[in-house]
Amino acid sequence: MPVRVQPEDFDISAEIRALRAGRNDVGAVASFIGVMRDFNEGSGVTELTLEHYPGMTEKALQQILDEAHGRWRLQDALVVHRVGCLRPADQIVLVVALSAHREEALAACAFIMDYLKTRAPFWKKERTPAGERWVESRASDDEAAGRWLGGERP
Amino acid sequence: MATVQMLYFARLREVLGIERERLVLPDDVTTAGELRAWLARRGDAWAVELDPKRQVRIAVNHDLAGAGQALADGDEVALFPPVTGG
Repeated sequence: MPVRVQPEDFDISAEIRALRAGRNDVGAVASFIGVMRDFNEGSGVTELTLEHYPGMTEKALQQILDEAHGRWRLQDALVVHRVGCLRPADQIVLVVALSAHREEALAACAFIMDYLKTRAPFWKKERTPAGERWVESRASDDEAAGRWLGGERP
Repeated sequence: MATVQMLYFARLREVLGIERERLVLPDDVTTAGELRAWLARRGDAWAVELDPKRQVRIAVNHDLAGAGQALADGDEVALFPPVTGG
């Protein structure tokens, strides 16, 4: 499955091996891993809970992959996103894009992450020394997603 | 008269104190935007959270919807804050 939402951790090597299996036309494998850090907005974070909207989240992620396939010539692409309770240094999200050439694989990987950040229904709640708080969305994420409008191809 | 299945997520679910409910819409509530305004008239936290100045996302049948999106009987409508995954 090109889209997975799961509480379990993932292994980037195994994921890329499975995605590349049986293909000899791949010239570029671009990947991104989002990791939980132990600070945000000026305070320590000891725990992160990720909530999602079952059904819509998978559909939104698939739509983002479909759009990436429409913009670049990709052999395949994958998103794995974790939900549930995470600790600092835990992996959160994996994106992999396969293409014949690096420009397309790298651009698609960045595009998928930018759109995931603003369109896929996930929400983060942080535990800090001062208590729990929901993470606020950032204007910089909207700007990052906005740069793909108008057909710009960095 | 349309009946919709409402879902609430993340901070909105906590502040409003509700996860899901089935709603029979009055005849003058026919769009996503009208539904939001109608729910805001419940007052208290509903009025605060669904105030037009607050950023609230609406999804209809698993797709993000604009305020003008028409609602139909049996729709699943979700209200949630801007997303923060990744």
